[in-house]
Amino acid sequence: MTDNRILLEIKNVDKAFGGIRALRDISFCLQDRSITGLIGPNGAGKTTLFNLITGIFPADNGEIRFNGRSVNGFRVHELVGLGIARTFQNVELFESMTALENIMVGMHTRTGCGMIGSILRLPNIINEERRARTKAIDLLKFVGLEKYAHQKSGDLPFGWQRLLELARALAAEPELLLLDEPAAGLNMSETRELGGLIRQIRDQGVSILLVEHDMNLTMSISDKIVVLDQGSKIAEGPPRAVQSDEAVMAAYLGKAKKQEQHASHTKS
Amino acid sequence: MCAPRELSVLEKFNGSDSMDSRYRKIVYIVFAVAVVCIGLAVKNAYYLQMLIFIGLNTLLALSLNMLMGYAGQISLGHAAFYGIGAYMTAVLTASYHVPPLLALPAAIGAAMVVAWIVGVPTLRLTGYYLGMGTLGFGMIVHIVLREWSSVTGGASGFVGIPPLAAGPLVIDSEQHYFFLVWAMVLLCIIMCTRIIDSRVGRALRAIHDGEMAAAAVGVNTKKLKLQVFILSAGMAALAGFLYAHLIYFVSPGTFGFLASIRIVTMVVIGGMASIWGSLFGASLLTLLPEWLHAFSEFEMVVYGLILMTVMIFLPRGLTRGVLDLFERWRKTNDR
Repeated sequence: MTDNRILLEIKNVDKAFGGIRALRDISFCLQDRSITGLIGPNGAGKTTLFNLITGIFPADNGEIRFNGRSVNGFRVHELVGLGIARTFQNVELFESMTALENIMVGMHTRTGCGMIGSILRLPNIINEERRARTKAIDLLKFVGLEKYAHQKSGDLPFGWQRLLELARALAAEPELLLLDEPAAGLNMSETRELGGLIRQIRDQGVSILLVEHDMNLTMSISDKIVVLDQGSKIAEGPPRAVQSDEAVMAAYLGKAKKQEQHASHTKS
Repeated sequence: MCAPRELSVLEKFNGSDSMDSRYRKIVYIVFAVAVVCIGLAVKNAYYLQMLIFIGLNTLLALSLNMLMGYAGQISLGHAAFYGIGAYMTAVLTASYHVPPLLALPAAIGAAMVVAWIVGVPTLRLTGYYLGMGTLGFGMIVHIVLREWSSVTGGASGFVGIPPLAAGPLVIDSEQHYFFLVWAMVLLCIIMCTRIIDSRVGRALRAIHDGEMAAAAVGVNTKKLKLQVFILSAGMAALAGFLYAHLIYFVSPGTFGFLASIRIVTMVVIGGMASIWGSLFGASLLTLLPEWLHAFSEFEMVVYGLILMTVMIFLPRGLTRGVLDLFERWRKTNDR
């Protein structure tokens, strides 16, 4: 399922906002064709890390390598071109556009028609458009929304919007897909379906970095888990190992533990 | 709630997604035939002049709509490009005796170069700040046109612009000019529709809906915004070129702040992100002052009132608003 080629390498990355150190000295690797779960309590720096990987803002220190190449200083759209696509925690669809158009925008980096080309509309442009449309419909079928191709994306129910956003990210033909809480707001059966889709995507050769609070989902589909707490990496490994890791337990159940200790102190 | 629904009249009309090109060609042909019929039927010079102005304003509204309606970037200084186009051809053809056919690319090119220079820093701004930035730019151009009197003729204007001529062909009758202007309008409508309905147009609309998300799917937002700004400036300059050779006279007042606001009003009233709405908004705002001659001094008050009314009751513009009302009416009648 996973081979040993490293797709994404995060090396000693730091990021601070003003006086707050959102990430300190984070390092980990992401294997090709794997699902990596990134977990941690709120404010652990997961979304910040996502924003660094996708080029929304630069790291203060350290290096991010994608496919063996340093991508520090690349702009957001350039990284999409290199093969890094993402979804957002609060679905960011183009609401006035139809589902189909949303996916076709997702293909922006894989199509080439420019301003002049669109005006002249030569046969190669028409062909490109036709191919893009066919592929967009295939992607809609993949997430089960082909019936709603011409519906405005803003009018779709929330769960479907998430699926549409996932399809849009896939339209960029990424090698690495970053999913920021894809199950938030989904019900149980929708979440199960999503898990299946994510596995299918991985099996098609796309690596996935997943931020998700739904532990059932994360633990069941991830090949590896990385745990952040207050900006630092506190654990990394296969789901089972991480689940029984003491530092992780402390981070998640820290308060309870302290209370226990407190209780035992008062007893004695 | 989300059963697949039929496309509304409006969506078919605007063709944002699935209008087939056959249907669109028919619309163009109907439009062209209508233009020819009107051009042949109307003999009254005053009416022809009015129709020519509607055409020029349509070009302006269309150019701003590409920027504002589709890409979501407001410009409160658009008349500057209109002015640059007009003055460029005025100076070249009258002072330097350049043939108009050569002055045309120069006028459009000059506006595009200015748009490029102004756009690089200005388009970094968003929202109100972009509005202020473009407003300032419009005022600077207006002041330059007024004060650089050795070249532009200053506040009193620039006289002696020759009629349009290409070799033996001279376009000086109102009727010929009408055909020329409306041919340009049709050309620009086709051009804009094609852009909107392409990869580039989808990316533009994506920027409108969410710039961050557009970048996150791989759109080079900075570059695309600049491109559409330049395109928009070029179209406005084309209108300026046509205006100069129509009136044979240009003065800075035509290209000031009020002119910019008028273009914005046309776009808003016609409907943001609606190509045919631009035609409608331009027609209304060209004819309205004529109809409201009695209000001439209160023209801006009337504009303001119209703008307010439309924004409050029909926020998607008159064309869309009326079509929405029509659909609602049809639905209630079907029941």
